[in-house]
Amino acid sequence: MSIPVITLLTIILCAGILISGLLAVTLDNMLSAVISAGLASLFASVVYVVLAAPDVAMTEASIGSGLTTMIFLYAIRKTQGGD
Amino acid sequence: MIKRIFIFLILALMAMIFFNLATNYSENTELSRLGHYYVETGPEELGAPNLVTAVVVTYRGLDTLGEVTVLFISAAGVGLLLRRTRRKDDDEDLEQGDRAEETAGTHKPASEIVETATELLLPMVILFGIYVFLNGHLSPGGGFQGGAIIASGTMFLLLALPESHISRLMIAIIESLSGFSYVIVGVLGVIMAGGFLDNRIMDLGTYGSLFSAGAIPLIYVFVGLKVGFELSAVLDRFRKEDTGPL
Repeated sequence: MSIPVITLLTIILCAGILISGLLAVTLDNMLSAVISAGLASLFASVVYVVLAAPDVAMTEASIGSGLTTMIFLYAIRKTQGGD
Repeated sequence: MIKRIFIFLILALMAMIFFNLATNYSENTELSRLGHYYVETGPEELGAPNLVTAVVVTYRGLDTLGEVTVLFISAAGVGLLLRRTRRKDDDEDLEQGDRAEETAGTHKPASEIVETATELLLPMVILFGIYVFLNGHLSPGGGFQGGAIIASGTMFLLLALPESHISRLMIAIIESLSGFSYVIVGVLGVIMAGGFLDNRIMDLGTYGSLFSAGAIPLIYVFVGLKVGFELSAVLDRFRKEDTGPL
């Protein structure tokens, strides 16, 4: 009956990816949508560490959740927050 | 209505494909023949303890060159699209107006916390990036990861000091030089060793030390510099539009 901790952690993280991904698609506020898209990448990078792929995790953490979020924020500012 | 039906049809097809993938999945209990070859001969043939790096840089080096090219093309595309086209005659007026506008506070200064934290963290972030690509053949990470970490350092800088200026000329020179040297190292592999991007053009050294695994550290330094400066250039282009030729 006892679930291994690592499995539990993976399930929680995957749920986090799903929830933040759905939020990124459904939220009306652009700023919140961008932040939750970055959050999905952050959860994904932790999942990669759990799955023993630290190389991929590094790329995902710095590009997926760092640089991409930043570029989206600049793009929103440039387009005056319009859709 | 027809459009709706079409969308549902596509969704159903996608669901079928993923359902098949999920139900027919079985975990591999042993390595494939190619994977077996890499694991058996990789470390002694190339001298890199991090097998991922050995595969990425040497066995599949051409793919990495392709990835670097894709990144270069996207950076060039961003530079092209975000260039401001303006007419010659009202150039000077516009420029003065822009300057005034920009100093008048289109950029709000960053908060005390962000500035202080950046002063403390920026050197460490850059140093960590350099560490990651120098140790690519020993520990997880490599040129792409190190370059991305350096670019996040640039991101810190742009966040804390929005007025800071990054020399486009320096970025262009370093980026083109490192890309060029990467290809040169690859061609040297054809001449002096077994093939394009073969790392055995230099001595393999002692297994596990910093200067070992032939040309892999050299290649990763070039890739790391190129990726880091390219991503910094993309960030800088997005930050402001008044881009001159360089």
